[in-house]
Amino acid sequence: MIGLLIITVNLVGALGAPVLAPFPEAEIVGDAWAEPSPAFWMGLDNLGRDIFSRLLFGARMSIGLSLMITALSFTIGIITGFAAAIAKGWVDTLLSRLVDLMLAMPTLIFAFVVLSALGTDLAVMVVTLAILDGVKVFRVARALAMNISALEYVEVARLRGEGLWWIITREVLPNAMLPLIAEFGLRFTFAFLFVAALSFLGLGVQPPAADWGSMVRDYRDVIALDVPAPLFPAAAIALMTIGVNFVVDWLAQINTRGLGDAK
Amino acid sequence: MDEIAYWARLHNAGRIGRRELLGRSAAAGASLALLGNLVASADAYAAETPRKGGVLRMGLGGGSTTDSLDPTTWNDSVPINAGNAFLGALIEVGPDMKPIPELAESWEAKPGAVEWIFNLRKGVTFHNGKTFNADDAIYSINLHRGKTKSGAAGSFKAIADVKKINDYQIAITLNSADADFPMVLTDYHNRVVPDGTTDFSKAIGTNAFVLESHEAGVRIKGKKFANFWRTDRGYLDGFDITVINDSSARMNALITGQVDVANRVDPKIAGLIKAKKGLSLVQSNGTWHSVISLLQDKGAMFESLDLRLAMKYGIDRTQIVKTLFGGYGAVGNDTPIAKIDPYYNPHIAQAVYDPEKAKFHLKKSGFSGEVTIQASDAAFNGAVDMATLMQSTLSKAGLKVTVKKEPADGFWSNVWLKGNCVTSYWGGRSTATQMLDVGYGPTAPWNESHFKDPKFGKLLDEARAELNEGKRREILYEAQAIMSAQVATLVPAFRDYIDAHHDNVGGHTPHALFDLDNTLLTQKAWLKA
Amino acid sequence: MIRLVALRLLFGVLTLWAASAMIFGGTELLPGDLATAVLQNSATPENLAEMRSKLGLDRPPLVRYGEWLGRAAHGDLGVSLSNDRDVVEEISPRLWNTFLLALFAALIAVPLSICMGVLAAIYQGGIFDRAVNVITLLTISVPEYLIGYILVKYLSVQYDLFPSLANVSADTGFGDRLWLTFLPMVTLVLVVVAHMMRMTRASVLSIMASPYIEMAILKGVSKPRIVVLHALPNALAPIISVVALNLAYLITGVVVVEAVFVYPGLGQLMVDAVSKHDLPVVQGCGLIFAGAFILLNMIADVLAIMSNPRLRRPR
Repeated sequence: MIGLLIITVNLVGALGAPVLAPFPEAEIVGDAWAEPSPAFWMGLDNLGRDIFSRLLFGARMSIGLSLMITALSFTIGIITGFAAAIAKGWVDTLLSRLVDLMLAMPTLIFAFVVLSALGTDLAVMVVTLAILDGVKVFRVARALAMNISALEYVEVARLRGEGLWWIITREVLPNAMLPLIAEFGLRFTFAFLFVAALSFLGLGVQPPAADWGSMVRDYRDVIALDVPAPLFPAAAIALMTIGVNFVVDWLAQINTRGLGDAK
Repeated sequence: MDEIAYWARLHNAGRIGRRELLGRSAAAGASLALLGNLVASADAYAAETPRKGGVLRMGLGGGSTTDSLDPTTWNDSVPINAGNAFLGALIEVGPDMKPIPELAESWEAKPGAVEWIFNLRKGVTFHNGKTFNADDAIYSINLHRGKTKSGAAGSFKAIADVKKINDYQIAITLNSADADFPMVLTDYHNRVVPDGTTDFSKAIGTNAFVLESHEAGVRIKGKKFANFWRTDRGYLDGFDITVINDSSARMNALITGQVDVANRVDPKIAGLIKAKKGLSLVQSNGTWHSVISLLQDKGAMFESLDLRLAMKYGIDRTQIVKTLFGGYGAVGNDTPIAKIDPYYNPHIAQAVYDPEKAKFHLKKSGFSGEVTIQASDAAFNGAVDMATLMQSTLSKAGLKVTVKKEPADGFWSNVWLKGNCVTSYWGGRSTATQMLDVGYGPTAPWNESHFKDPKFGKLLDEARAELNEGKRREILYEAQAIMSAQVATLVPAFRDYIDAHHDNVGGHTPHALFDLDNTLLTQKAWLKA
Repeated sequence: MIRLVALRLLFGVLTLWAASAMIFGGTELLPGDLATAVLQNSATPENLAEMRSKLGLDRPPLVRYGEWLGRAAHGDLGVSLSNDRDVVEEISPRLWNTFLLALFAALIAVPLSICMGVLAAIYQGGIFDRAVNVITLLTISVPEYLIGYILVKYLSVQYDLFPSLANVSADTGFGDRLWLTFLPMVTLVLVVVAHMMRMTRASVLSIMASPYIEMAILKGVSKPRIVVLHALPNALAPIISVVALNLAYLITGVVVVEAVFVYPGLGQLMVDAVSKHDLPVVQGCGLIFAGAFILLNMIADVLAIMSNPRLRRPR
């Protein structure tokens, strides 16, 4: 329940940012690195912008971005993974080798090269990261589907002459839901961090738009100075991650109970 | 107070005398007690006697795994600092931005300043035992001429011919007159190697250190060269450069004492470093300046002078200096000549942020579109922030601005010199004529704003041919006035070079041209007991 | 089973070959080129053209790929475009550094995370389980460079316990090396432990739900004994694969940590080379990264096959 609460607060902050934020996200309202005060709850950042306002606007960018990346990567990964596991034969071999190939590329540097070549447009970033993430989801999905499709009831369905799509949606997906949800929580977090790591290397969200990862990066220099600025976006990322994972664990529990597992 | 500190630094660097220091500072409102302190601290510099021995550990930003010791490839702090530890220059730039003899002992111009004679120093040996002579000097200069990948190729195009007169005398003929030519030879790429050198990895030169080890982008070590020709330099037994590009990591290494000296102190934390016991800053008002190009040829966005003026008055230079450089810098006035330059024109009124004036010019220009500033931190660290600051103030003057962050990759080939409004920088050239010529002259290869003014071009030619310093100054004053009035480009701010060292390091003085005493710290520094 | 392993090895080699083509093709896509990247704003058309022809950038890519692959097969990765140094010579000390740091971190992280995962599974829902859960979530949700900076701030700047610079060189002794790389090692351990620990816990728990374990529970075998003796061996396959993934990360993904601690590893070399368009170095590093990954995965798969009787004879 704590998880749900955290997520709700974050979503309200993200959606209500234009109303809730005391200042526009790019507005310079005072001196750089001003201390927190009643007017500026979390102080001002490296250019003199209000950190609290940027955090709210950053929530939209960060949560939205990660959600898009993760949703897209799961769509790609699950469809191809299940298809590979159930179709078997050359489809499986081809897809698996292709994925091995993609996995063999160092992810961060691969993204660095692609984004260097194509520019740091948001759409390019989402699709690149989704594909990179999708190949990892593929592996999980394929392994799960392999196990499930070896079970008797799937064999029975196959013998009944049910189509590939029917088997995926009716038999495999419901039974693979639990681990996939757990994976979703982790992947969602990684998407956050990946965007943050990219901005460390100088690619990422375009200014003056805020995202939590680049906020941490922009403020990192003052850590040694005891200025709290970098801790706020970092805490936001940490809270959101924990919230999402709590909810995932909770859903997993409900799911197990729903299935009537003896526990 | 800043002004007083400024004059004090000049005095410390030997650029102005004590009387001038006191006069200037008093004029700026310094109390007598403060003046006493100023002189005392200035004298502290002079009173230190160098001590021999020790290894200087340096933590430097501005290095890459692609660095090499070939002087034609040098492009950043680490290769230049390391390179200067090994290779000597023909001519050095003094703290007053005037040429001082090094391997070239003296020089003179034939009337007309087209032909120059340089007398070379005798009794200098290279690390490999060879004796330095005219062939080495000529070979080294020619590395940057003709078919070359050297970064000095542009300015060395002025050279028509280099001839040997005898073993210790060379003659250089120019394509056109240049009274400041010796300063062209001070280019940091122009270092002396033995005649015929093609493998630069051993860094055979004439300076105080011989190469011990070089791991590109990681570490460079040198040890004392026994036959170094100068006795007033080269006190150290050796140096050890660690490349630390991440500014937080560099400052941490300095604070924890893992290095004795660091360059590129982040202005945001300079105050903290200064306050720390045992650490001090060495700050120099630099020639480095940020630039926003305004493409102004016919049909381009900024063809209208009024739109350019709207930009000129719509940016808050003080805020840029304060926010971007933490106050460690000076406001620019849309000319590339820094205050420290002997030819800086102090009579041009400083442009200040004035949204009403900007609004007035914007209206007069009739421009109703949107300006896109193409910014990249490839130009300089903080370029995107600068564009963001400009966007904020310009929008208050009614001008719609968007900031487009360009990828660092391909920035110099795809965006720079092509866009309407692009962030850029100049490290500054050693002479005013050179700076104006490469960036804004009629044949400038890197004219970012496509600024063209026939009168300006003519003045530049006159100035170069003028051997009388007073007259040359008048001409260059006028050229700067034209640039400022025409808004040839936007120069929002000059940035200081800030180094920091532990108190055991002596002989570390500021220099306007580059960090670490124009990258000669290894030659001049010593370690106190 | 031997056939299966051999097949897996063959696929590994094929994947490596395909990866080489992909790396070469990918690097060709980079905009701009080395000449402009190196010369920055001192570029003139003349010195650009000179540099390009000197670097051989004016020949067709397919020809260059063929030559490159042929030489790479003999262990010759060419010469760096930007400083004329032999790529193998340039890469090998850094590869050694990267490998040592990865090994150091793995030796601590792998046993630690498996123990914690097992313990969390045994005491599922207890205080230990919850605490470990939250702590690992925290460590994975903080960007790795922030972990690094925080460690430096407290353990180095404030209390001066460990050096903030991990600037090892070839002649650094073993003890010094451990000392210098302590902070980057801790950072990496914190980053990878969470993933491995969570996977261990999840895999063990999923086995715990199977009938033969319930049988054991009914027979009254103690829980720790069941987990260690019955569940863990059967949960090994997914754990091995996650460990392999994280080991691969330790070798290929640590560029950010390298930057924070100034550690001369392979990642920094590759990022520098990408931004300077030093293609032979990019390709060389890419090949090594790809090779390391493929090798680790191959080992993981082979181990998984051997550890799982059901996989030994596929249907």
